[in-house]
Amino acid sequence: MKQNSISERLINGLIRENPTFVLMLGMCPTLAVTTSAVNGLGMGLTTMVVLALSNMFISLLRKVIPDKVRIPAFIVIIASFVTVVELLLKAFIPFLYDALGLYIPLIVVNCIILGRAEAYASKNGVALSLFDGVGMGLGFTVALTIIGAVREILGAGEVFGLAVMPESYVPCSIFVMAPGAFFVLAVLTAIQNKVKIAGEKKGKDMSKVQSGCGFDCMNCGEAGCSSRREEQKQTAKEPDLEVIEITDDEDEPINGKAMPEAKAAPEEGPKAMSETMQKEKEEESNG
Amino acid sequence: MSDLMKVSSNPHIRSKVTSGNIMLAVVIALLPAAGFGIYNFGLDALILILITVAATVLTEFLYEKLMHKKVTIGDFSAVVTGLLLALNLPPAAPWWIGVIGGVFAILVVKMLFGGLGQNFMNPALGARCFLLISYTSIMCNFDCDAYTGPTPLASLKAGEGVNILDMVIGKTGGTIGETSMIAIVVGACFLILLGVIDLKISGSYIVTFVLFIVLFGGHGPDPAYVSAHLSGGGLMLGAFFMATDYVTRPITSKGQYVYGVILGILTGIFRIFGPSAEGVSYAIILGNLLVPLIEKLTMPKAFGKGGKRA
Repeated sequence: MKQNSISERLINGLIRENPTFVLMLGMCPTLAVTTSAVNGLGMGLTTMVVLALSNMFISLLRKVIPDKVRIPAFIVIIASFVTVVELLLKAFIPFLYDALGLYIPLIVVNCIILGRAEAYASKNGVALSLFDGVGMGLGFTVALTIIGAVREILGAGEVFGLAVMPESYVPCSIFVMAPGAFFVLAVLTAIQNKVKIAGEKKGKDMSKVQSGCGFDCMNCGEAGCSSRREEQKQTAKEPDLEVIEITDDEDEPINGKAMPEAKAAPEEGPKAMSETMQKEKEEESNG
Repeated sequence: MSDLMKVSSNPHIRSKVTSGNIMLAVVIALLPAAGFGIYNFGLDALILILITVAATVLTEFLYEKLMHKKVTIGDFSAVVTGLLLALNLPPAAPWWIGVIGGVFAILVVKMLFGGLGQNFMNPALGARCFLLISYTSIMCNFDCDAYTGPTPLASLKAGEGVNILDMVIGKTGGTIGETSMIAIVVGACFLILLGVIDLKISGSYIVTFVLFIVLFGGHGPDPAYVSAHLSGGGLMLGAFFMATDYVTRPITSKGQYVYGVILGILTGIFRIFGPSAEGVSYAIILGNLLVPLIEKLTMPKAFGKGGKRA
């Protein structure tokens, strides 16, 4: 599959970078509203609409929005769509509006939406961004519906309001309460990781089913990622490492000639860096 | 030089104390309470105890088999967990309550955190609270063949009179193992004489609780009221058998007093100001969560450390 095609974006959001089970984003609505399959589905679809539209508009405006004020600008766009969706829900699907309650306005601060705006929509074309939003939204919807269904089966003996368990089943009501959300999410994520690890052991290509990090830092919205920081540290340290390697070889006369040049090069690096940074700072203060 | 100062190479003298021995002692110490529960509530209680213990032991065995780990059911810790959990169940509970509780205690609270010694919460209490939240109506129904009506603590909370002699002996309604103060204290004395537990936690817990009841109970230092609170509910079982769990108590000596005081205050708050009559389980698992913090604050200073720097 081609990198960055429409179908690739859809699969990416649904499976590879599923926002709930893989990226672990948007945990607040995931844990709070999935008390039943209907609520999970409703929350997922609502978020998907907002995500697709805001992704599209942010991508349209990506060359107009100044870099410094991009976060407030994104929030204004997202909040507008959330308000529209909220009023529509209130008018046409009041039972869902009542069930989701406070969590509809809170979609504004859902980190999936801001994360996709920051990591994808502000760098890519309109059509791709739209389908990235749809794919991520679908992934979120599927995940929330599954969590909601499991919690509803265990906690109420029903799915989508239909009784599925035998009459003698006594509902385990902890699953429709807050702790149940954590149990179900943890177990589902563990199953997903288990499948992936088992597949890798058999030598299958599991790059489409990822757990946590795909080591694709360029396209990943995870800001607090530890491996990304590791990577930055390593790239920062590299010049030092080179110098050490060369000084180790100092005794050998053959490499002796190349020494001064090699030593000078890494020293230039940081200097040049700091100079450009200073220039940038000056520009900033001027602007 | 005396022999004591000599440091020889191995083999050293080996202590005969193992976790298996300690857990076996706890099982023996719980037998009076379990026996009284069976005498008090009949054969149903015995069946529930057996099912719960079987569930915990089987869960541990199956989990360790499936995960290709060393099977550790020989150390009796699963038996202790099952027995404690069963003693915390109402006698009329259906059999599957014991199974679900046992599986949850071992699988979720103990094994998922790494097995014996790694769990941050007492497995039996974690499972009891899980059941209490999930199946409130079953777990709070203490009606059985022998007794109907509210438990003594519930009547006490409602302001009715209670028969303290019956409460001390244990001829009241309640969970299987909590009713008889005498049977529990006999078991606790056995453990204290063996040196398995000491009074640091249990003592500070009970003393703090009594002070709290006297100060805030609304009856002042009324001996009848205080002794009703002491002998009612799960206080004795909690203070001697669950708060003193080796894994989930603080290891520092100072920390154990702090832990006992916190448990006493929490239990007092839950019983006097909370909506339900009993609060020992929640007090102890909340205390369990505070243990790392208590240990950090009460860590003894190494020799040469501390004091003002020159």
